[in-house]
Amino acid sequence: MNMIQAINSAMDVMMERDDHVVVMGEDVGYFGGVFRATAGLQKKYGKTRAFDTPITEIGIIGVAIGMGAYGLRPVPEIQFADYIYPALDQLVSEAARLRYRSNGDFTAPITVRSPYGGGIFGGQTHSQSPEGIFTHVSGIKTVIPSTPYDAKGLLIAAIEDNDPVLFLEPKRIYNGPFDGRYDRPAKNWTAHPASEVPEGYYRVELGKAATVRAGEAVTILCYGTMVHVVASTIEELGIDAEIIDLRTLVPLDIEAIETSVKKTGRCMIVHEATRTSGFGAELSALVQERCFYHLEAPIERVTGFDTPYPHSLEWAYFPGPVRLREALKKIMKD
Amino acid sequence: MSNRPNLPPLSLHVPEPKYRPGDEADFSDLQIPAAGSAPRPATDVHPSAIHDLSYGLVRVLDDEGRAVGPWDPKLDPDRLRAMLRAMALTRAFDERMYRAQRQGKTSFYMKCTGEEAVAVAATFALDRDDMCFPSYRQQGILISRGYPLVEMMNQIYSNKGDPLQGRQLPIMYSSKETGFFSISGNLATQYPQAVGWAMASAARGDTRIAATWCGEGSTAEGDFHSALTFATVYRAPVLFNVVNNQWAISSFSGFAGAEATTFAARAIGYGIAGLRVDGNDALAVYAATEWAAERARTNQGPTLIEHFTYRAEGHSTSDDPSAYRSSGEPNAWPLGDPVRRLKDHLIRLGEWDEDRHAAMDRECAETVKAAQKEAEKNGILGHGLHQPFETMFEGVFEDMPWHLKEQSDQMIAERKAAGI
Repeated sequence: MNMIQAINSAMDVMMERDDHVVVMGEDVGYFGGVFRATAGLQKKYGKTRAFDTPITEIGIIGVAIGMGAYGLRPVPEIQFADYIYPALDQLVSEAARLRYRSNGDFTAPITVRSPYGGGIFGGQTHSQSPEGIFTHVSGIKTVIPSTPYDAKGLLIAAIEDNDPVLFLEPKRIYNGPFDGRYDRPAKNWTAHPASEVPEGYYRVELGKAATVRAGEAVTILCYGTMVHVVASTIEELGIDAEIIDLRTLVPLDIEAIETSVKKTGRCMIVHEATRTSGFGAELSALVQERCFYHLEAPIERVTGFDTPYPHSLEWAYFPGPVRLREALKKIMKD
Repeated sequence: MSNRPNLPPLSLHVPEPKYRPGDEADFSDLQIPAAGSAPRPATDVHPSAIHDLSYGLVRVLDDEGRAVGPWDPKLDPDRLRAMLRAMALTRAFDERMYRAQRQGKTSFYMKCTGEEAVAVAATFALDRDDMCFPSYRQQGILISRGYPLVEMMNQIYSNKGDPLQGRQLPIMYSSKETGFFSISGNLATQYPQAVGWAMASAARGDTRIAATWCGEGSTAEGDFHSALTFATVYRAPVLFNVVNNQWAISSFSGFAGAEATTFAARAIGYGIAGLRVDGNDALAVYAATEWAAERARTNQGPTLIEHFTYRAEGHSTSDDPSAYRSSGEPNAWPLGDPVRRLKDHLIRLGEWDEDRHAAMDRECAETVKAAQKEAEKNGILGHGLHQPFETMFEGVFEDMPWHLKEQSDQMIAERKAAGI
């Protein structure tokens, strides 16, 4: 399976198991979504469980919250993460705080799915990585898979979770893992070990990172598309790096991070999102607080730039192998 | 400055209310149709056939306290008395809690004086298990449904008995059991949530409907329009109430578009049934709600009801209306006082009298006073009898993640180190 199929399979499995699970969003019903993530679900489960919505993100999330409060488990889709901002108030002020402010009287067990990230020539309105906005908010979980296997298992865990979850899907790798070279098409997932996706139900627990590659020289913290860019660059340079795929940013697997950094003594953080106040800043602060005496070099951040995503220059913006190599040289020099 | 001097300069219209402090308020130019004059269409009417009702005013009680016309819900006297008591109790509760705030027992309070009918009469017309998504001036819903006053006060005092563990601003109640959704201070957010709840109820083949309230000012919010779009698209069984009390803190209704049209007429563009009712007329509010509820229950879709009323008091205890509006406005308001009007009606029916009313007012005041005494045993805001400090970290998520545990431990340790 590729990642889109795995995501589709997760929703299928959950809709089959629990008739409280509903999927909704722009184009998700009859057509099955612009990326086909919800293809076939309306046909299988009917129009009241998989339906198209008006183009209003405030409405989609607000309505999903109300459905969640009723007792359903809505899985709303925001067609591109760039469009999540109109719904920000419903997510930040309402979904994230409903349990807290009502002392558990009402909850919003919603899973907001949204394709995010660059590398598909999407320009500034189809390429953003908004995770840092949500990790700053108390009460919402943020999950980002990097493989088909994880995408399915994490999405199932997210739908079963009783808290609101933002499930960001790295659309650059919907079809296959990506090594960061813009002039090459994505490899097909079928050649990748993580494409082995069971048909049925399984969970990948939220809050647990994955060690993609064990190593001794440097710890690289990354997630989403960047996991593949980092892995291929490391392979090419022959550095004995430990690559940690965070998988969920909130809750964060601090134990995995701490153990690894203390072992390697070096920490590099890689994400596509803009740099300033990005999630990398939080990771960097945590590593500094917890592992300072084990560090042999300053923490290095490799990120997108603090500009909107430029359409024609997206490969210069994207933290690809060029920027990674330079940062690795720097962190490994002593 | 125009760069084309041959064309007339454009000008910007900034709305201004008719009366400011020092002005004498005069509402004689308001178009108030006679009670009983609005037609009552069948509940399966197509919304397009009743546009007039979005611009008129459904009124049942006339100036003499008679119930007239086709919208008279013909309630029996016991029900009328129960409604009157709920409105009087709401007013007594407001008065006592307003005073408690002035005495420094809590941080904040919001009265609904003059608007009691909007929440109370609507609640009486709904079923007990219908779900309400209120704004912050519908305490009458909880009171009408018999939610304990002591619990409301515990919430207002954020004391150790507070069902919300001292996490919410006073008056932002939540009671799932009472069908009262958790209140948000962000405006109109409950509108799409109510639609979602109603859609879920419909999708599950349930029989319960949802109702929501917002002020006229917050009809300007995007949530309002998104909610109406969703509701009309899926024909959701939901009642939209717009409480047009003329003032959104210090901004008059003109800043939400009232100079150009009515708020009920917002429904027209969405193909939703719209009613504009005399919000100070409990029978009109009841009748409109009952009508809209029947539409919702028979899958005829949503209804938008504008309650034309007046906010007789300040926006909240942090507000001073004398700084921005004529002090004469509340008394000059031509639709009178909702409690007095329902009282006059019952007296005219021979089912009530001034003595019984005075006795009821005393009983309401005593009930509220007794509840207050009870609630204050659990403490008042800032007097120590609050939730244990570590409860602050509970309920952010279903299970507490490590970073909140760490922060909780840190707080306990730092308080210990500081000797508190």
